[in-house]
Amino acid sequence: MKTLATLSLMLISIAAHAETPQQIRQIYATEAAAQQTGFSPSAKRGETLFRQRFALNDKMPACTSCHTDSPLNAGQHSVTGKSVKALAVAANAERFADPAKVEKWFGRNCKEVVGRACTPAEKADFVAYMSEVR
Amino acid sequence: MKRLALITLLGFALPAFADRMPLPANTPASFKAECASCHLAYPPALLAAKDWQRTMAGLKDHFGTDATVDAKTAQEITAFLERNAGNSDRLGSAGEPPRITQTARFIRKHREVSAKTWSDPRVKSAANCEACHRGAANGSFSEREITLPSGLK
Ligand code: HEC
Ligand code: HEC
Ligand code: HEC
Repeated sequence: MKTLATLSLMLISIAAHAETPQQIRQIYATEAAAQQTGFSPSAKRGETLFRQRFALNDKMPACTSCHTDSPLNAGQHSVTGKSVKALAVAANAERFADPAKVEKWFGRNCKEVVGRACTPAEKADFVAYMSEVR
Repeated sequence: MKRLALITLLGFALPAFADRMPLPANTPASFKAECASCHLAYPPALLAAKDWQRTMAGLKDHFGTDATVDAKTAQEITAFLERNAGNSDRLGSAGEPPRITQTARFIRKHREVSAKTWSDPRVKSAANCEACHRGAANGSFSEREITLPSGLK
């Protein structure tokens, strides 16, 4: 009985590791709401961030430099040429499933393209856009 | 006994087939997770141990990008790369920062590839092995599995 209890606890904690895009959006939205009362994620603002040309780094002026103009399509790394799978959840069910992975790539790509860390609000908007775009 | 000797011999001869370099079975998952999203998980045999050490020590500014990993992961990946590294005498100098594509061995194996091919946007970079070696992700660089992007030679 005790083993069964431990086992089901383990199963629960394993399941808790794999998150859904909704849960990840919610984590960022909660963080954003703490800084900005009444914040609610917007796929439209997420799309604007995705398409904006920051032009700080000539090898990667925008998110679209590697992820292409359509998040539903596979992209190509602008320096190495390696193919990058589609970002949109509708095209790639593996996206936005691991909070640590999502955070790592926001960290890296925002620093290099936007020139600073993205805010929790920007991340919530971006995840909203990637979850909703069809 | 004879059979054993043969197997041992084969084991030694294997690395000589330079076109088969699959990742070893004990490759840590962290190597694929951290070193295979921006480019191929390069076969460790293509750089010497000291060059992998320099690569791993410089991840903060890795060819213009930040590829840092946490200390424990860095240790695990470095140990794996050192264990499976190539022979520096046979590879030749990899330059600074170390590049597989700058080793004498790489240059020799690719001397028939034209400048036009290297600069094609579909290839983009010599480091983009998969643009020409279809089986690169499985460690196959054999001639049978080379397809240059159409119109190139
Ligand atoms: C230089 C190329 C490049 C640029 C520019 C780029 N990305 Fe990425 N991005 C990648 C690669 C490579 C991956 C990881 C490979 C993979 O998962 O397919 C990735 C993955 C991600 C992920 C992880 C998604 C997941 O859960 O799997 C997010 C989020 C992301 N990028 C956001 C952005 C944002 C926001 C921008 C613009 C500010 C941007 N990217 C610009 C190359 C790029
Ligand atoms: C965020 C993206 C990114 C990550 C993660 C990354 N790299 Fe790289 N790597 C690059 C870029 C960009 C280049 C330069 C490629 C070029 O010039 O075409 C490169 C080049 C290299 C080269 C030289 C290739 C050549 O020209 O011969 C080696 C070796 C290398 N990386 C090893 C690693 C290892 C080991 C890791 C994991 C610890 C790693 N990389 C993780 C982006 C990345
Ligand atoms: C532009 C296309 C192209 C790219 C990119 C490329 N190669 Fe090659 N490679 C070739 C061709 C063509 C040959 C065969 C040359 C010959 O047979 O004369 C070859 C041969 C080789 C061989 C020798 C195989 C044998 O039979 O001994 C190895 C090993 C190899 N490549 C590894 C790599 C690695 C590793 C990368 C990436 C770091 C890479 N190549 C990138 C085109 C390419």
